Amino acid sequence: MNLVALKMLVGDRMKYFALIAGVAFASLLITQQASIFTGYALRTGAWIRETGYADLWVMDEQVEHTVDIKRMGDMTLSRVRGVEGVAWASPMYYGFLNVVLPDGSRQNFRIIGIDDATLSGAPPKMVEGQYSDLRRDRAVIMNHAANVMLDRFPAEARRYLRVGDRVSVNDNEVEIVGSYSAGPEFFWEPIFYTTYSRAIFMSPTERKNLQYILVKLREGEDARMVADRINALGGVRAMTGREFENQTMWWILVQTGILVNFGITIALGFVIGMLVAGQTFYTFILDNLRNFGALKAMGVGNGRIVMMMATQVVVVALLGYGIGVGLASLTGAAFSGVGLAFQMPWQIPAGGLVAVGGVCMVAGILSMMKVMRLEPGVVFR
Amino acid sequence: MSEWAVKCSGVTKTYKTGGQSTYALRGIDVAVRPGELMMLVGPSGCGKTTLISVIAGILDRDEGECTIFGEDFKAMRPGQRTKFRGLNIGFVFQQFNLLPTLTAAENVAVPLLINRENRGHAIRRAKEMLERVGLGEKVNSLPSRLSGGQQQRVAIARALVHRPRLVVCDEPTSALDHVTGERVMDLLKDVALEDGRVLVVVTHDQRIFKYGDRIAHMDDGRVTHVDAPEPANETMGGI
Repeated sequence: MNLVALKMLVGDRMKYFALIAGVAFASLLITQQASIFTGYALRTGAWIRETGYADLWVMDEQVEHTVDIKRMGDMTLSRVRGVEGVAWASPMYYGFLNVVLPDGSRQNFRIIGIDDATLSGAPPKMVEGQYSDLRRDRAVIMNHAANVMLDRFPAEARRYLRVGDRVSVNDNEVEIVGSYSAGPEFFWEPIFYTTYSRAIFMSPTERKNLQYILVKLREGEDARMVADRINALGGVRAMTGREFENQTMWWILVQTGILVNFGITIALGFVIGMLVAGQTFYTFILDNLRNFGALKAMGVGNGRIVMMMATQVVVVALLGYGIGVGLASLTGAAFSGVGLAFQMPWQIPAGGLVAVGGVCMVAGILSMMKVMRLEPGVVFR
Repeated sequence: MSEWAVKCSGVTKTYKTGGQSTYALRGIDVAVRPGELMMLVGPSGCGKTTLISVIAGILDRDEGECTIFGEDFKAMRPGQRTKFRGLNIGFVFQQFNLLPTLTAAENVAVPLLINRENRGHAIRRAKEMLERVGLGEKVNSLPSRLSGGQQQRVAIARALVHRPRLVVCDEPTSALDHVTGERVMDLLKDVALEDGRVLVVVTHDQRIFKYGDRIAHMDDGRVTHVDAPEPANETMGGI
């Protein structure tokens, strides 16, 4: 009888396609928006992830996210180094400075100063030059993919900022000696890495310069316990990279409204998909009510009716879901080159399947209730 | 075994809508022998359709007795009733009620599939049945490609393919022209009334009254009289 159910389903091609399209649309909206949301969420913590040296990040206790500049006194570094379980701790400067580019244009850059001696906290992979080039006089390295356009040059001379260029950072001339590769980030200001001491030298004078302390644990030490000991110093907070990433992500998602906006879109996709699929399926059932009545009169029990309709629902759900997720993936691939923040970990298709399955189940149950309540005598009226 | 294939006495049925009650059957007495074609005739709203719904076990009576081959639907659980219907009753509907997306053979095979027969076997039996009703060439046609008469022949094949003991027909000729209607009735009489099978036909089409072995005339929820030309004057319960 399930084959009969499938033939009933696919027989009316317009309704069949409308059903599949409704489910596919819901699936597309849910998975695509969730993937873009995830892409943005992951970008918020990209810099922390890629600065993968540290077991613990130590910062002022009021810091909410990576670019929340609240610095600590330099003495904090020594206090952290003295905490039991800390193998080493290195300072990191993080700040925004105005940079005059070779074409005369001015732009805000993020200046990250890493430990002069160990260069710990440097970006993960150099593309041009070497980390040790940072020890050269007035050296900085830039993100290879920063694409800083020098558009105040005459048209024929326009180009991107590149290794070898000299720029002025807060009136301090520096040379770009190398470039590194890193994934896209949520924040858009380009980054210059330099040494900690040079970063402080270039910055306006402040009493406190230390934004982060990167901590490596002694072997066998528990990160949580050492973090608690550091927190006990007072005025600072120690977190694992994952914790800092999550804190940054949630702060940005909530404060920027991204969470609400994407949440509404995903919810709308769910509701619209449910309405379209539910309404179409319900109409399909209404159109076939006499046929179901005839089948019931001829001896098909409610159990088998449920099985038949469940077969129809499962086929529509799987086809629509597959098409929707496929289209979402294609969209992600097609627009990845123009900066679409699209990440689809397995949890999204899995969640999408649950959501679309739920949509179809609700639509199916509503229709099933109609058919199960149907008096077979309807065929005689 | 009872002399009667279908035996109903004192059957009442009331529909309640809102605060109002509509008396559809007001104490029906009717009986049908094996091998007999009984016609239920009467004006619209007289209770014909309600009566065959009760006889076919798709509607519960309120009062009275009604047995089909000695079995009482009211005493059965819903599952048993559904199974009994699937095995023992064939249906011919006024609007044919063929599934539009199935071929003629697949439509005819439906009762066999309901009774959990193998699909290949069911289709073979369906094709044989279609041959018997003269539609051997149309086994793969969709209902939309068949004329009204052909669709009703497919419906008859569907009603008979699982060899039911009772065939219930609701206005089988009302959607057909006179000639086609007569052909359909000829076919029903030839093919359906084998092996002691019982036919109950609801109709108000006087042109086909002649096909009935007996005709129960109904009005206002009652059987007013039964014409019983063959065999002579056997009625029950005063009808």
